[in-house]
Amino acid sequence: MRQLPADEASHQPPRDGVAPAHSYLDHGTTVWSWLTTKDHKRIGVMFLGSVLLMFFMGGVFALLLRLELLQPQPSFFDGLTYNRLFTLHGVTMVWLFLIPSIPTTFGNFCLPLMLGAKDLAFPRLNLASLYLYWFGALVTLFGMFQGGTDTGWTFYTPYSTTSSVEVLPVLVGIFILGFSTILTGVNFIVSTHLTRAKGLTWRRIPLFVWTIYGTSIIQVLATPVLAITLALVGLDAGFGIGLFDPQRGGDPVLYQHLFWFYSHPAVYIMILPGMGVVSELVCAFARKNISSYAAIVISTLGIAFVGFFTWGHHMFVAGQSVFDAGAFGVLSMLVAIFTAVKILTWTTTLYRGSIAITAPFVYVAGFIFLLFFGGMSGVALATTSIDIHWHDTYFVVAHFHFIMVGASLMAFFGALHYWFPKMFGRRYPEGLGIGAAVLIVFGFIATFLPQFLLGNAGMPRRYFTYPEQYQPLHVTSTAGASLLGFGFLIIALYLAWSLRWGKVSGANPWGSRGYEWLTPSPPPLHNFHEVPTFERDVHDYTVPEAGHGA
Amino acid sequence: MERELAPQFASVEQEARAWQFGMWVFLSTEVLFFGGLFIAYGVYRFAYPQDFHLASSHMNVWLGTANTLVLLTSSLFVALALHLVRHERSMWATLALVLALLLGVVFMVFKGLEYAEHAREGLLPGVYFASHKLHSVGALQFVTLYWLMTGLHALHVTIGLFVLAWTAFQAASGFYSPRRMAGLEIGGMYWHFVDVIWVFLYPLLYLV
Repeated sequence: MRQLPADEASHQPPRDGVAPAHSYLDHGTTVWSWLTTKDHKRIGVMFLGSVLLMFFMGGVFALLLRLELLQPQPSFFDGLTYNRLFTLHGVTMVWLFLIPSIPTTFGNFCLPLMLGAKDLAFPRLNLASLYLYWFGALVTLFGMFQGGTDTGWTFYTPYSTTSSVEVLPVLVGIFILGFSTILTGVNFIVSTHLTRAKGLTWRRIPLFVWTIYGTSIIQVLATPVLAITLALVGLDAGFGIGLFDPQRGGDPVLYQHLFWFYSHPAVYIMILPGMGVVSELVCAFARKNISSYAAIVISTLGIAFVGFFTWGHHMFVAGQSVFDAGAFGVLSMLVAIFTAVKILTWTTTLYRGSIAITAPFVYVAGFIFLLFFGGMSGVALATTSIDIHWHDTYFVVAHFHFIMVGASLMAFFGALHYWFPKMFGRRYPEGLGIGAAVLIVFGFIATFLPQFLLGNAGMPRRYFTYPEQYQPLHVTSTAGASLLGFGFLIIALYLAWSLRWGKVSGANPWGSRGYEWLTPSPPPLHNFHEVPTFERDVHDYTVPEAGHGA
Repeated sequence: MERELAPQFASVEQEARAWQFGMWVFLSTEVLFFGGLFIAYGVYRFAYPQDFHLASSHMNVWLGTANTLVLLTSSLFVALALHLVRHERSMWATLALVLALLLGVVFMVFKGLEYAEHAREGLLPGVYFASHKLHSVGALQFVTLYWLMTGLHALHVTIGLFVLAWTAFQAASGFYSPRRMAGLEIGGMYWHFVDVIWVFLYPLLYLV
C-alpha cells in the first residue's frame, strides 16, 4: 500500500507563485458573471451544484418511500400519494440527476483540460444547455407537484394517456431536458474531434474522454426518439391524438418499443461516464499505466453500439415473439462481455500496483463490486425463462439500483472527490472521506441486497402494502437507506466545509498523470498559461517525471 | 466586420469545420427524431395495408407533387447561393436566397390549402376524425400519422424559413466571403435536410 504523495505537489511551486489568485474562480465573482459565463469550468460547476440539489431531492423522496415500506399496512401515505412519490423519485433521479450527472459536470470541466483545449467547441451552446436544463427541471418539477403524475417514470400507455392526473407538463419538461442533453452531446462530440491540442492523437486521448464521447453518441442518437415518443404521449393525453390507443387501432406496445429504444441506451448514458471515471482513478491510485488502453476504448464503443439493440429485454412479457425475446436476450448479454473486459482490465491494472487507499479509491472498489454483481444479475434477467419469474418484482428494482444507480453514484462521488482539488483548489479531509465512502458502499449493499431477496420471494414493485412475511427484509432495506442518507449528509457537510476551509491543494495533489493535472488547480481562465505539449501517453507512469505539473 | 476567432480554435478553417461537423451531428439527431414517426408509420402500414392504401387516395396528389417541386427548387437556389458566394457574388447570392425563401413560403401556403381541405372533409387526427367516407381504424391511424409527420415537417420548414431569412440578410450585408461562409453552409444544410425529409414523406403519404 502506498502513502499518498503527501506533498508531491508542494515540491513544485505553482506557476506564478500563487496559482489560485489567477484561477477561473476569480474572473468576476458576481452572480451575473457566473450566469453569463461561457467558461466550460464555471458551467460545469453550476451543473454540479444543480445536479447535487436534484440528487438531494430524489434522495429525500426515496427515503420517504422507504419510510412507508417499514410496515406492511398503509402507514404514512395513501396509494395515490405513494404512486406519485415513486414517480417523483424516478423522474428526478433519472432525468434530473443520473443522465446529466457525470457528463455535464466533470465532463464539462475536464474534457477541454484533457484535450489541451481552451474551451469546448461551442461555449455559448454549452451555456444554453445549462439554461435549458434549469428550465426543463423547473417545468418538470412544477408539473409533478401541480399535476401529481402517478404513472411511474416510464409513462406507459394507455394508462398515461387515460389517467385522470395531468401528465402533459411533466412530458414538456422532459422534452426540454432532452434538448439540453442533445446540445451537450453535440458539443462534446465536436470538441473531441476538432479542439484537440497538437500531439493529442486519437490513440492518446484520455479514457474518460472516450467514454464521454461514447455517451455523447448515445445522447445524440437516442434522446430524439424519447422526445418524439413523449411528444406523442403528450399529444394523446392533452389532445386525444390516439396514436397508441387500442380503441383507435393504435398499439400500446409500440410505445414501449419506442420508449425503451431510448431508455435502455439511457442506462449507458448513466454508466459509461462512470466507467471512464474509474479508468482514470484506477491508473491514478495504482500509479500504473492502464493494462490495455485498446480494450477499454473498444469495450466503451462496443457498449455504446450494442446498447442500441437490447431494448426488447424490457418487454419479455409484453407479447413479444419468442424469437425476438431470445435475440434481445443474447444481445443484452453481449453488454456483459464488454463490461467484463473492462473489469478485467481494471483489475489487471490494479494488480501489483502501488495502491493508495483514498476516498476516490474506495468508491472505485464499490463501483467494481456493484457493477459486477449488478451486471451478473442483469445477465440472469436477460434469460427469458428466469425473467418471467422476476419481471416487475423487487429483483429488477435491486438489479438496476445496483448497476445504473449504485455504480453511477460510486463513480460520481469518486470523481467528485478526485477532481475536488482540481475544481476548487482545496483538499477535503481524507480520513472523513474514506469513512463516508465505506459507509456509502455498505449502506448501498444493505439497502438493495434485501431487495434482490424480496423480489425473488415474489414482492412486486410499486406496491405500498405487502404481506407480513416480507417485513424483515423491508426493514433491513430501510435501515440501509438510512445509513446511505447519513453517509451523504456527512459528505455534504465536509465538502461544504472544505470549499472554504480545506487545506489548499497543490497543482497535482494525487501525483496523477492524467492530462487534466498538467495545469494549475484550480485552472486559470483559459485553462493553460501555456498549452502543454503532449509528449507522453496519458497516465504513463513509466517515464520518470515526464511533463509533470507544468 | 471581422470577428475575433474563438480561443478554442487554432484557425478560421478549423472553426468552420467545427460548425459544419456540429450541424451534421445535430442533423443525425433530427433524423432519429423523425425516425420515431417513420417507425410508427411502418408498423401501422404493416398492420393495416389496405386501409393505408385507401386513405392515401384521399390525399391531394397534385398539391403534394407541386410542393415537392417547389421545395426541391428552393433547395437548388440555396445550393446556387453557396456557389455564388464562393465566386464572390454576394448580391446574386442574396437574390438566390430570397427566391429560396419565397418558394419556402409557397410551400407553406400550399400546405395550408391542403390542411384546410382535409379539415372540410373531416380528415383530422385522433378524436377529431370525422370522415364520412373512411371508417376503419387503419385509415384513422393513417390520417393521424399524416398530420403528425407533415405537421412536424411544417414546423421544421417554418424554422428553416427564419434560417433562410437570416442568411439572406447576412448575404445582403456582405458578411459572407469564400473564407467565411460557415453560417451559410450550415443554414443550407438545415434547409436541405428539411427537403430530404419531404422527399421521403411525399411517396409514403401521397403515392402508396
